[in-house]
Amino acid sequence: MSISLQHISKSFKTVNAVNDVSFEVKEGELFGLIGPDGAGKTTIFRILTTLLFADKGTVTVAGFDVVDDYKEIRNHVGYMPGKFSLYQDLTVEENLDFFATIFGTTIEENYELIKDIYVQIEPFKNRRAGALSGGMKQKLALSCALIHKPKVLFLDEPTTGVDPVSRKEFWEMLKRLQQKGITILVSTPYMDEAELCDRIALIQHGKILQIDTPQEIIKHYPKKIFDVKADNMYRLLESLKSYEHHYSVYPFGEFVHYTDKREDFNPQELQQYLEAKNHQNIKIEITKTTIEDTFMELAK
Amino acid sequence: MLPIIFVLPILQLVILSNAATFEIKNIKFSYVDHDKTSFSRALIEKFDASTYFHVIANFPSKKEANAAMAKGEVDVILEIPRYFERDLLKQKNTDISVAINAIDGAAAGVENVYINQIVQDFNKKAKVALLTPTDMVNTPIDIVAIPSFWYNKTLNYKTFMVPGILVLLVTMITLFLSGMNIVREKEIGTLEQMNVTPIKKYQFIIGKLFPFWILGFVLLTVGLTIAKVVFNVPIIGNLGLIYFYTAFYLLVVLGMGLFISNFTDTQQQAMFISWFFVVIFILMSGLFTPIESMPMWAQYVTEFNPVKYFVQVTRMVMLKGAGFNDILPQLTKTIIYAIIMNGLAVWSYQKTT
Repeated sequence: MSISLQHISKSFKTVNAVNDVSFEVKEGELFGLIGPDGAGKTTIFRILTTLLFADKGTVTVAGFDVVDDYKEIRNHVGYMPGKFSLYQDLTVEENLDFFATIFGTTIEENYELIKDIYVQIEPFKNRRAGALSGGMKQKLALSCALIHKPKVLFLDEPTTGVDPVSRKEFWEMLKRLQQKGITILVSTPYMDEAELCDRIALIQHGKILQIDTPQEIIKHYPKKIFDVKADNMYRLLESLKSYEHHYSVYPFGEFVHYTDKREDFNPQELQQYLEAKNHQNIKIEITKTTIEDTFMELAK
Repeated sequence: MLPIIFVLPILQLVILSNAATFEIKNIKFSYVDHDKTSFSRALIEKFDASTYFHVIANFPSKKEANAAMAKGEVDVILEIPRYFERDLLKQKNTDISVAINAIDGAAAGVENVYINQIVQDFNKKAKVALLTPTDMVNTPIDIVAIPSFWYNKTLNYKTFMVPGILVLLVTMITLFLSGMNIVREKEIGTLEQMNVTPIKKYQFIIGKLFPFWILGFVLLTVGLTIAKVVFNVPIIGNLGLIYFYTAFYLLVVLGMGLFISNFTDTQQQAMFISWFFVVIFILMSGLFTPIESMPMWAQYVTEFNPVKYFVQVTRMVMLKGAGFNDILPQLTKTIIYAIIMNGLAVWSYQKTT
């Protein structure tokens, strides 16, 4: 096991940030920690990166205990905090050189690992880190986290505040790193990114809701989901919520995701109900379950 | 940032050294002369001739003079009684009244001394004028004390103030910058990034503080140059000794800065706490008020004031030419202080939170 958490709890004064969390990440796995803001993701990361002591439980990273062997762990993990935290007044190259030196290595030694990422920011290597765009900063931060060839890479919300194209590129980079044998633990509040992970843990209020592959998590969803659409979205939501057989109603993009309490639900009945409520251009279609639906169901 | 670090202290040194003087000039002087004789006029002329007094008004009565004092138009009122000359000639004894605006107690004290000097001087000359040959026999011999001011012969305040102000500037800049620097890393998050690296505590701390140690020396050098070139302050002792002492002194200040930054989360907090200590250090350093005139408990407190030792050492070395053995007590205390302060700072600095 590359990362293993057993019954971890951590409280801050009155807030119970992490509550009896256990999970394991295999070597070379891309593991996602999925949950909304304030779910306890960053606290877990800080415990794993030896910045914070857990109140209860044991944690090992790359085979080392986070309390007893924290010095070893610091040699073998790369950490990219949610907030950009490189030296803004050093240039791109200086930052990279600086972190390489701290880890007792050089850029040349591990250039192979960061090459794919670094070539994209190399044209700006004499620019100060503070003057880079969001996507560039993130690539630089990833390069710095990788410069010492870590066994485990921790990425805390790496794509928050990054444009969709850069996000997509970033996940492609993660996939390539995974192929090089690096274990990656990534957290994200975006449910669509969850499906790109090997396995995910859904987390809310400091508790793990479910751990499985994205496919299995979707498969276990007990209901059929229907996309419902009509002209007036707000009235549609109201009408659906007052429908006696409704199980869940969530707005989802331009549609409303609707599930019914009954096993033998017939969309025709809903159509008639909505027509009776004077809705125009009604469309009801069965749709694929997403992680988000599952999360909403579990978080209920 | 770099120009600010150098330009501001230089400006402060030049401005403060010229402004922070205990000499009082341009005292607004007024008088009420009830006598209007050659003697009373002679006395007033003596005040007028002095560079310290500026005779601005002649009031017909004490009442009007008092009103002017209440408005702050005059600082000193000299009231010469009627029959001043007659009494002086007949009885060889008379009184004059002096009223001084003592809102600023220190200034009033100095003004009082000036007035006394002028009146005494007048007295002496009046005595000579009044002496008749028959009195000659019994003339008491006046014993006159001639003070000799060692190490600062002309009692030049700049000579006295410049080394002290220089010390303050070196202290302030290094304390503020070192304190805020590490807190800034906390604020922008780089400290967290550094904490997950295998870098050692002492490596990080030395890396953070060493630049400010050097900066302290550069500031000292610039300040000493200005002291010599602009203010012509005598540097009698060995400059190397000052640098040697400063090397340890800066460790105290930097340790303090690090200690403060360990207990604060924002630059604002760090600034506030640094400022709290700097104000106490300055006012209790013996720079503006002599430590000997403080209450006993305050004198004990000043033992914990590193600025006091630095002020003493620079003055001793620059003005008195003190040697290594002379500054040994201050040096020892400073080294102990440095060890304790840095010990506390390193102990309280945690790589985990």
